[in-house]
Amino acid sequence: MFKYLKQLTSLVAMVAVLFTFTTESMAAKKSKTLKNTQKKGFVRCGVSQGLPGFSNADAAGNWTGVDVDVCRAVAAAVLGDANKVKFTPLSAKERFTALTSGEIDILSRNTTWTLSRDADIGLTFVGVNFYDGQGFMVRKSSGITSTSQFKNGISACTNIGTTTELNMRDFFNSRGISYEPVAFEKADEVVAAYDAGRCDTYTTDKSGLAAQRTKMKNPDEHIVLPETISKEPLGPVVRQGDPVWEDIVRWSLNTMIEAEEYGITSANADSMKTSDNPQIKRLVGAEGEMGAAFGLDNEWNLRIIKQVGNYGESYKRNIADTGILPDRGPNELWTKGGILYVPPSR
Amino acid sequence: MNFKLKDIGPQLMTVIAVVLVFGFFTYNAQVNMENRGIDFGYGFLSQESSFDVQFSLIEYDGSHSYFRAYLVGLLNTILVSVIGIILATILGVLVGIARLSPNYLINKFAAFYVEFFRNIPLLLQIFFWYFAALRALPLPQDAEAMFGISFLTIKGLFVPAFIWENFNIFFYSIVAAIVAIIVIRTHAKKVQENQGKQIPVLLISIGLIFILPLLSFLIGGVRLSFEIPVLKQLATTSFRYEGGVSLPPELIALALSLSLYTATFIAECVRAGIQGVGKGQKEAAASIGLTPNQVLKLVVMPQALRIIIPPTTNQYLNLTKNSSLAAAIAYPDLVLVFAGTALMQTGKAIEIVSITMFTYLSLSISISLLMNWYNNKIAITEK
Repeated sequence: MFKYLKQLTSLVAMVAVLFTFTTESMAAKKSKTLKNTQKKGFVRCGVSQGLPGFSNADAAGNWTGVDVDVCRAVAAAVLGDANKVKFTPLSAKERFTALTSGEIDILSRNTTWTLSRDADIGLTFVGVNFYDGQGFMVRKSSGITSTSQFKNGISACTNIGTTTELNMRDFFNSRGISYEPVAFEKADEVVAAYDAGRCDTYTTDKSGLAAQRTKMKNPDEHIVLPETISKEPLGPVVRQGDPVWEDIVRWSLNTMIEAEEYGITSANADSMKTSDNPQIKRLVGAEGEMGAAFGLDNEWNLRIIKQVGNYGESYKRNIADTGILPDRGPNELWTKGGILYVPPSR
Repeated sequence: MNFKLKDIGPQLMTVIAVVLVFGFFTYNAQVNMENRGIDFGYGFLSQESSFDVQFSLIEYDGSHSYFRAYLVGLLNTILVSVIGIILATILGVLVGIARLSPNYLINKFAAFYVEFFRNIPLLLQIFFWYFAALRALPLPQDAEAMFGISFLTIKGLFVPAFIWENFNIFFYSIVAAIVAIIVIRTHAKKVQENQGKQIPVLLISIGLIFILPLLSFLIGGVRLSFEIPVLKQLATTSFRYEGGVSLPPELIALALSLSLYTATFIAECVRAGIQGVGKGQKEAAASIGLTPNQVLKLVVMPQALRIIIPPTTNQYLNLTKNSSLAAAIAYPDLVLVFAGTALMQTGKAIEIVSITMFTYLSLSISISLLMNWYNNKIAITEK
């Protein structure tokens, strides 16, 4: 009796193993991250500790922002529900360690794409969701209207662990200005110290300045100077070593941008299935096999557009309508004078 | 044979378990780092750091190496710890004695201070002192001069810098004074032991430490002048002081909050120490005709110190380790500069965190050794 039982169990086990092998696609098998995400039922996403427009939680703990939307898009594609995301707020200092150690699977936290980060520390940047540059904020009453008016002995508040610290040094050094860097671990303290008058200027990415200005006691008393002292292409990052997951995140972002280019919105996505344009049909899963290579079904991109919206909708909802940066500047489509240009989904 | 195995067996197993656990973690880290294409190595320490630091005791800017940045952070940590330990000790001893005062007001005030400051998390206190100070301090252009030469502003405390001429002569005069005091003290002790005569050592010491340096000014050619900070306008409403020495508000707030917090624990150690000396000791000392001051100095304190020193050592260690909260208010200590910025710029998490941990360990062990040495020195030597 026991003998048979033993054989029976091993048979069941074998069938079970075979079954899992056949139902799982090759891609999913190759991608440990995808498999883990599907098993857990949520995407683990690292975001900022509160940057309005990019990643910010409201009183009820609901995250919004363009960086948040990238993670939501991946959740919609992989799990079918844009809300199945677990957000982990990270300081600039913690973010890469959290990603490389496997605590999160996507880092979408206004992170600048640089050579050393991409090459050195086990990370892969998958694209750019916001073209930014470092700027300076000063008090209006100071009478400063340009960085050329900066004088020796100026004190500058900023965050540690960012490219900002390095750009700041390059900027002041190249102009021969001596300065006092006051670098905090968290953005909230930077804002509080600058607002209290500890520093003459506050420097970080211009989008960050615009967003943090809204948090000040009296936003109208501060201006962002026109000069941009660096290139800061911000984008989502994944761990090195999982090319399929990397592709999923990259093409989730690309889908949002391309959907805007072809005029597909969350409202009209379903009706676009019957469009005459094959490129549009591919973007809503009505033509071709656009998901198989990732181990996803064919409507993964339709779900992104329907649940999260295209890039333009996300920008409008999070950055323009909130009054942070109503002008899209370089973050406009290439067809409209900006530099947003993504490879085609085909 | 069996007996021996029973003896060393558990110890052997413990050692094996420890080695296995560490081996597992090391191996795991190695495999994971290899998978993710992360190199391991300390070569980065000699690379150019390319970031600046607000406040540094040694010459440093971004063109120096990461190792130099490490030294900057380490020295800043030591600086704030030393200031904190000195202030906390002075305040702690005063409050500890005040708690035993028969005066109701002093006694209750000291008790209130202790209960208030030791029961609020330190990080909150640091934030409070820092942002309260920032809010309360005037902008440089509004600052009132203290004694006409120092300025306490939101951008820091600006004090005159000393500019010395023939500083070495002044320095030698102080050394000479200290040596003379030591000689006189030993002599006085001998005289007292042999003849029972007391020499007013304290008065002589104070005289020496003032007169010798004064002589160096009068006949040694030592000159001291001050560089007084001057207000400089950067923009319409933006000013700062130039010249002199500036202490950043971050350092002041951190040293203040660390010492106020730690002083409460030291005060309790002091109180426990004094109360731990038997009542009979004091009564016996008084009965042989010692004055209350002599009772405290010769009978109570030597015995109380033995109770006070070991727990106070713990507080010194805590203060040093707590100084790592500096990162929250931008004081460039070891954690902010090295385990913060340098870690971010290089991505060498394991290397930098291990160096930082080892550094704190060494700092703590040094303090502990020093205090143990002192503790042994004052311990009762059985004859």
